[in-house]
Amino acid sequence: MNLLTNIFLYALIAMCFMCFYRVVRGPTIADRLVGIDILGILVVGITAIIAWKTGMSFILDIGIAWIILSFIGTLTLAKYLWRNKLNE
Amino acid sequence: MNETISIILIIIGLLFDFFGCLGLIRFPDVYNRLQSATKCVTLGTWCILLALLVRYGFTEIGVKALIAIPLLFLASTVGAHSLVRGSYQYGIKLWEKSVRDEYAADAGIDEGVGKSGK
Repeated sequence: MNLLTNIFLYALIAMCFMCFYRVVRGPTIADRLVGIDILGILVVGITAIIAWKTGMSFILDIGIAWIILSFIGTLTLAKYLWRNKLNE
Repeated sequence: MNETISIILIIIGLLFDFFGCLGLIRFPDVYNRLQSATKCVTLGTWCILLALLVRYGFTEIGVKALIAIPLLFLASTVGAHSLVRGSYQYGIKLWEKSVRDEYAADAGIDEGVGKSGK
């Protein structure tokens, strides 16, 4: 059980590094924003797996707060892109 | 029995997450990338939270996972939609092999702005 949890966590951390690759290498600014958005959803999965292993329920509170903060951040950055449009 | 079902759900969720991140790396365009990554990663995280609900039932953890599920669906889909609209209005061009640009006609933008823009 312990080994299985470690495998799950390492797999999710590897996916987070795949998102970091897109954040670093993204040719446009929207690619970096997409990488940040996806990273916020993956972290919720990490907190869920930690709660699945240990049985502590307050870790899921971190996940719920992270969903809301990631949502507000994504809306703010999309508004930033919208306000800086070039085709007018 | 519940534990076995939850392990199977977590493995399915991790596979969805992996394919979503693979699409985030391999697709050629920001719109393709976001279409792949948002759908697959949202469904994968949904599977992991459902595994929590299956294993622990309606205890403290299970109810918190049940609260997190609709919040995740609403937040990720609305955020991705606004991000796509913002990046199109910003002038990020489509992939050069894209065949149709329906949003240009809907938004009243000149045809081909997405292809010849910044």
